[in-house]
Amino acid sequence: MQRIGVFICWCGSNIAATVDVEKVAEVIKSEPGVVFSANYQYMCSENGQQLVKKAIKEHNLTGVVIGACSPRMHEATFRKAAEEAGLNPYMVEVANIREHCSWIHKDMDEATEKAVILVRTAIAKVKLNAPLQAGESPVVKRALVIGGGIAGIQAALDIAEAGFEVDIVEKNATIGGRMAQIDKTFPTLDCSACILTPKMVDCAQHENIDILSYSEIEEVKGFVGNFSVKIRRKARYVDETKCTGCKICMEKCPSKKGLNEFNMGLNTRPAIYIPFAQAIPNVAVIDPTQCIKLKTGKCGICQKFCGVGAIDYEQKDTFIERQYGAIVVATGFKPIELDNFNEYGYSDNKDVITSLELERLMNAAGPTNGVLLRPSDGEHPKVITFIQCVGSRDTSGCGKPYCSKICCMYTAKHAMLIREKYPDTEVHVFYIDVRTPGKNYDEFFRRAVEQYGVDYIKGMVGKVYNENGKLMVQGSNLIDNEQITIESDLVVLAAAIEPEPAVRKIATLLTTSIDTNNFLTESHAKLRPVESPTAGVYLAGVCQGPKDIPETVSQASACAAKVIGLLVKDKLKTNPCVAMPDETMCNGCSQCANVCAYGAITYVDKEFRIGGGKTEIRRVANVNPAVCQGCGACTVTCPSGAMDLKGFSSKQIMSEVEAICKM
Amino acid sequence: MKDVELKMLERAKELLANGEVARVVGWKKGDFCYDPSPAVFETVEELDEFVYDYFCGANLSKYLINICKKEGKTAVFLKPCDTYSFNQLVKEHRINRENVYVIAVECMAKLDIEKMKAQGAEFVMGVEVVDKEVKAFSPYGEKTFYKPDVVLTKCATCEKTHQVKDEEIILHERPARDVNRFAEVEALEAMTEDERFAFWRSQLSKCIRCNACRNVCPACSCVKCVFDNPNSGVAAKANDDKFEEQLFHIIRAFHVAGRCTDCGECSRVCPQNIPLHLLNRKYIKDIDGLYGEYQAGETADGKTPLTSYTEADAEPKDVFGEVK
Repeated sequence: MQRIGVFICWCGSNIAATVDVEKVAEVIKSEPGVVFSANYQYMCSENGQQLVKKAIKEHNLTGVVIGACSPRMHEATFRKAAEEAGLNPYMVEVANIREHCSWIHKDMDEATEKAVILVRTAIAKVKLNAPLQAGESPVVKRALVIGGGIAGIQAALDIAEAGFEVDIVEKNATIGGRMAQIDKTFPTLDCSACILTPKMVDCAQHENIDILSYSEIEEVKGFVGNFSVKIRRKARYVDETKCTGCKICMEKCPSKKGLNEFNMGLNTRPAIYIPFAQAIPNVAVIDPTQCIKLKTGKCGICQKFCGVGAIDYEQKDTFIERQYGAIVVATGFKPIELDNFNEYGYSDNKDVITSLELERLMNAAGPTNGVLLRPSDGEHPKVITFIQCVGSRDTSGCGKPYCSKICCMYTAKHAMLIREKYPDTEVHVFYIDVRTPGKNYDEFFRRAVEQYGVDYIKGMVGKVYNENGKLMVQGSNLIDNEQITIESDLVVLAAAIEPEPAVRKIATLLTTSIDTNNFLTESHAKLRPVESPTAGVYLAGVCQGPKDIPETVSQASACAAKVIGLLVKDKLKTNPCVAMPDETMCNGCSQCANVCAYGAITYVDKEFRIGGGKTEIRRVANVNPAVCQGCGACTVTCPSGAMDLKGFSSKQIMSEVEAICKM
Repeated sequence: MKDVELKMLERAKELLANGEVARVVGWKKGDFCYDPSPAVFETVEELDEFVYDYFCGANLSKYLINICKKEGKTAVFLKPCDTYSFNQLVKEHRINRENVYVIAVECMAKLDIEKMKAQGAEFVMGVEVVDKEVKAFSPYGEKTFYKPDVVLTKCATCEKTHQVKDEEIILHERPARDVNRFAEVEALEAMTEDERFAFWRSQLSKCIRCNACRNVCPACSCVKCVFDNPNSGVAAKANDDKFEEQLFHIIRAFHVAGRCTDCGECSRVCPQNIPLHLLNRKYIKDIDGLYGEYQAGETADGKTPLTSYTEADAEPKDVFGEVK
């Protein structure tokens, strides 16, 4: 006979204010199988847990139901308490009467009735629970970092410093990411390259770090502690081990008309190139869409001039497969395309540029060697107008509904730097709001206005058009309540940022979740901000949400701490709630293996008795419990219902449904 | 058709005689000209009963699940529509392809004796088909039918062609056809919800739960069917009351969704003439619309839309609209 104990938590007033907890505990007493029922102010407290433990021992409980907050919060707490009292931890069920009940209802009678139903449901389930034992799986002591921007670099360095091997997989020919393109960094205005490139060099020189540049993730199998990742090493047509980075090939290459991606297409580069002077690895790469030799078979000049014979036109993509214990996703961002914003004339006017383009125009290594010259005619612009929130906080559907977070600060930075270097330049900024939370941020912005005399105009721009070679910026000044037009020489758009589009594919490969804006979802917005919902996968940088460099670096280090915490363990406890087929019913049809995202299902030929003293060999499914993550996809795919999930069996779920439907 | 039958018989005899196969799966004569039944022939002598004519509508592929486990190779005659079921079963590892010798045969659309009887045919002793004309002979004389009016429902909209790889082929040339197999589904879709509910209610309430549809269905080939399994939680419900009786067919349609080749056997064998194939065909149409055109059983390998994921897959909003 089952002996079930029910424990109803008040959660202070979180539950008790809307649910009559005493009544719930009282009503539940008469449920068949319930031998003990209590309510307490904070069941998760030490005293609350003692109450549970004491009842388990005194009443010889065979099952425990806790009516409290979401099992995501405290299921582990109560399972541990039960285990300490000698009960199998998987004989504990949590009825969520907070998030699913008290927080979403106002009427006490209704909420109390629903709480009773939810607790009854959990009782129905716990009656069918079976004791489960967690297994163990080993941990591969190596981490993978996807993306070699500042987030990936910082995470890799921290993990490597702790003594673990790390691979950085970067899709571009060099690590460095967006930060390498930036001229100066707020709020201290130190040179971006000066603080980034030493870290890049550290990565290259660190014995525990392997940089796989010009590479992409192709396939991910396995699970926390045991990921197996296939990596595509794209053909760069240059032997990485031979190239010395002497750049003679760049000088001699006759095909020089490629748009320089690093300089945002503001100047050109040869078909064979090193992205920028401090690139890591400092190895050339050939753009196959531009290389004359690769396109027509004729040329081969770079090969002739290369002193070390590094050029290899026959190179093909290669694949490597490596094992990792943890994965950090740091895929970064890109500015949005401005096709939806014709009103600003970006595509029609060379002198309407994005802020990232301005970074390159102001950078000493940029197309103008750091002299601010406008793209159309190379003249110094005398009047510069900045437009903020281009595609940010945009609910019209053209842009992004979120705030890109970094634009207010970098626009203040640009305005200030221009006024500092070219005091005769007039600088206007159209803004909706100026948002500058952060250490020394508001002071920074105020300096731009008060000390550098930047003209901030509250209002939006309706139109930018060209009139006699001048860019006319037509907008509203909400403070003075008037329409104004500013005759400008250069217009800079603070384009919204969005996650690097490749992240969608990576999220799919990692079976982790992504939101409607393509940002990866963290496990808990407040308490688990760097963990993805997929165990062993961590998030750093803008792939998780808009953020600036200081925040990105903090998050990357936090990721590293989580990864180190995982990799120091020799073994991980596996979740015993795994799938298990009933072989007598299995058709061997492979549908479960087709839907298994973890590759946990294989097939074996087994002999079965078929009556009359005869046997037959049948192909049946076999689940590797160390690989299975208990997602349940196989159980719903199985046509004969042979596949079931321990701890969440179809019978348990059906009995829960029946308990809910019972009036 | 007679020449095809003779060729088939000749091949069956050869294969059995030279020991290449241990048995042949085909059709044997029934009590009447219109009720041949699937049969296994193990000797040349047994082939005296062999028949292949306009009434051999049965899909033989499902029988191979058990037969191909036996010692030796099995030869089987498959019509175009049957080859899809065959492929699907190979794909699901239910048939060991290497143990089967496939002989693809032409179909030319099979006749439905029930439809002929409904149109006045009595005591049919034999038929003769010339183009679109069907002559039925009886002791009381001869009666002519327009063929499209008396073919099996599954044949009326069939445009299937042989799909089994490396098979031996015995066939007539069949002209390409232009048919819309979804016309009936579209008509159902055009109904209001109430009309559609009334339609299915009236159809499914005829069900006597004889299980013929399930037993004949090549996709319904589970070692242990959920409806025969007291542990499944649905076995007893299925024949409980009116509503549950209807659920039997819905559950069955769900179980074969994405795997149903539209062979139409379910409707052919239903003694109550319930158009069961329309449930499956609705799913096929939906899958085509949501995941791209897909024909189950066209190949014996490759991914299936319902058990694989691509980024182009339909999202809930594509079906239900944006969530407000």
